[in-house]
Amino acid sequence: MSNNTTTDSGAQVPQTAPAAIDPRLLVREEGLLGLWNDFRRKVSGGELGSLPVVVGLAIIWIVFGILAPNFATASTFTSIFYELAATGMAALGLVFVLILGEIDLSVLSVSGLAAAIYAVLTVGEHMNAWLALLVTIIAGAAIGMLQGAIFAKLGVPAFVVTLAGNLGWFGVMLYMLNTDKTTGGGTITLLPGGLNSALQETSYFLGSDIAGAYILAALGVGFFLLSSMLEQGRRRKAGIPFRPTLEIALRSGGLAVLAFGTAFMLNQYYGVPNALLIFVIAVMACDLVLRRTSFGRKVFAVGGNIEAARRAGISVPKIRIAVFTISSTFGALSGLFFAAQTNSATLDAGQGAWLMLAIASAVVGGTSLFGGRGKAWSALLGALLIQSIAVGLDLLNMQAWDQYMVTAVVVLAAVIVDSLSRRTQKSSGRG
Amino acid sequence: MTSAPVLALRGISKRFGAVQALTDVDLEVHAGEVVALVGDNGAGKSTLVKTIAGVHPIDEGHIEWEGNEVRINRPQDAQHLGVATVYQDLALCDNLDVVGNLYLGRELRRWGALDEVAMEKRTRELLDTLSIRIPSVRIPIAGLSGGQRQVVAIARAMIGEPKVVLLDEPTAALGVEQTAQVLDLVERLRERGLGVILISHNMADVKAVADTVAVLRLGRNNGSFPAKDTTHEQIIAAITGATDNAVTRRQSRTAEASK
Repeated sequence: MSNNTTTDSGAQVPQTAPAAIDPRLLVREEGLLGLWNDFRRKVSGGELGSLPVVVGLAIIWIVFGILAPNFATASTFTSIFYELAATGMAALGLVFVLILGEIDLSVLSVSGLAAAIYAVLTVGEHMNAWLALLVTIIAGAAIGMLQGAIFAKLGVPAFVVTLAGNLGWFGVMLYMLNTDKTTGGGTITLLPGGLNSALQETSYFLGSDIAGAYILAALGVGFFLLSSMLEQGRRRKAGIPFRPTLEIALRSGGLAVLAFGTAFMLNQYYGVPNALLIFVIAVMACDLVLRRTSFGRKVFAVGGNIEAARRAGISVPKIRIAVFTISSTFGALSGLFFAAQTNSATLDAGQGAWLMLAIASAVVGGTSLFGGRGKAWSALLGALLIQSIAVGLDLLNMQAWDQYMVTAVVVLAAVIVDSLSRRTQKSSGRG
Repeated sequence: MTSAPVLALRGISKRFGAVQALTDVDLEVHAGEVVALVGDNGAGKSTLVKTIAGVHPIDEGHIEWEGNEVRINRPQDAQHLGVATVYQDLALCDNLDVVGNLYLGRELRRWGALDEVAMEKRTRELLDTLSIRIPSVRIPIAGLSGGQRQVVAIARAMIGEPKVVLLDEPTAALGVEQTAQVLDLVERLRERGLGVILISHNMADVKAVADTVAVLRLGRNNGSFPAKDTTHEQIIAAITGATDNAVTRRQSRTAEASK
């Protein structure tokens, strides 16, 4: 391994400096020490990345592990991982909006409305479940497109548009649920089959076969390793700096520990919930879109500097409308996940602190409220942390008021970390 | 400069409502020539550059590109011809890295996804040929100094392989060392055979890199000088209109009267 690193880093001496090498140039040192110094430089410069959420998770798991005897069990972890998918879906859509430097306050109501549309179509109108699913998702996208257009074309601030949306779509949901003739009004219980059977708590990948979780973990790690090595090869061929083999090995190793550890734990219960699997696939897809497509690049550009984006020939309104469409679509998906969880479309969907939780999930995971900075993975990490707190508090039999207060503290802490790291980034020239 | 100019403006006029911003202005740029466009505030420098860049269409006059008359009505027209503009406010995205900024809006793709490897490779080659040194092409623009940002902004203009580059006060608000970097870069653009129009307030910069100094005063041509054989004082006199003062006016009046 050490031989490898030496040769790798040897090729990494900057070729841009023909005569004298500017002493201020960033040259990464070799081996583990170099990696460690790089990491320290990033953290002290305010590029915290996933560090706060990882530390937060460790603290929360230890605290609840001590306080609640049932917390450190496979069934609790499985339910955390199952339930995080619904919040996480909404957070995933919000990541796009936050990178744009905007906010979407309507996801909560869109989510509730989506559950209502699906319930009314399947139970009330006896529509085919998968067709109803498609209609619901399209409705979610249309809502986002409408809100995005009002924001982008008419110039109404996004938070006002989506705040109005939040009220309006909640009203539409109440109307739909209360006036549905077949069910007589009120909460609609979903029919078996369709969405429920795919996403409910008792549905697992490969029917809970113990191999299922390990196959998924192996696929994930293998995909990461393969793409990293391919990238390294292409970069080596092109003669530009590449990730040393040691770093790839370390990263893959870390990912393997995480993936197989999670798989092992989930296997102690019933395996990988389908909802979790679909959510993780969605996160990976969004990650690719954000990092590897010109659409993603444009979203970051608009979030960073609107004027620069415009002068580069990017149609800012188009990007804005697309992003709000994505956000509402994921809002609708999260509503469908909720409906499958509770097996119903309820009148109080879209109530309470849940919107803040979705926003907090994205921010806790490392997506900045100030725009231009964020990762799709922050939705998964953030939702994991937020859901751990929710489940932990439930296990401690906390009252609703306690839960609200604890949630408020967590949301505030996340936003404070975000603001402070942004300030450090500015002062160290990385804002 | 015997060859035909790449870009020639003939008798350009531009009005904004009641304000006559440009009156009958001529300007020529040849390949491999740096034309410094100087003038006092409000002389019409920025307006002239914006007419070339397609931000403000001209009211009267002709624009000739490599000898053929062309119309520039939109920024895209200018870009298609091969005119690249670097504005005073740099228009870079702080949160994107150097490669991301250079290729913003014209990303290279491979199987539908961004081809980061090719973009990074070409970025390095471009920065190499321009002898631009920055800490890393993968560092966000926010981490660069003012001078480094300016050279990145100019390098960005080079991606589309332009023939004429317009630089609007590239050295304003830069330190001594950074100004030197930018001026070096301007010389390298000339060596590559590009026509450069450089707006500047700084006579030292103008004398250092320009071949020709074109002076605008109150929206009109007020002389065009070869930079080598002209003194600071002559240029400044043309900018301020110092040749046109109380004494000279009195002399011309008495001369007329005595006729």
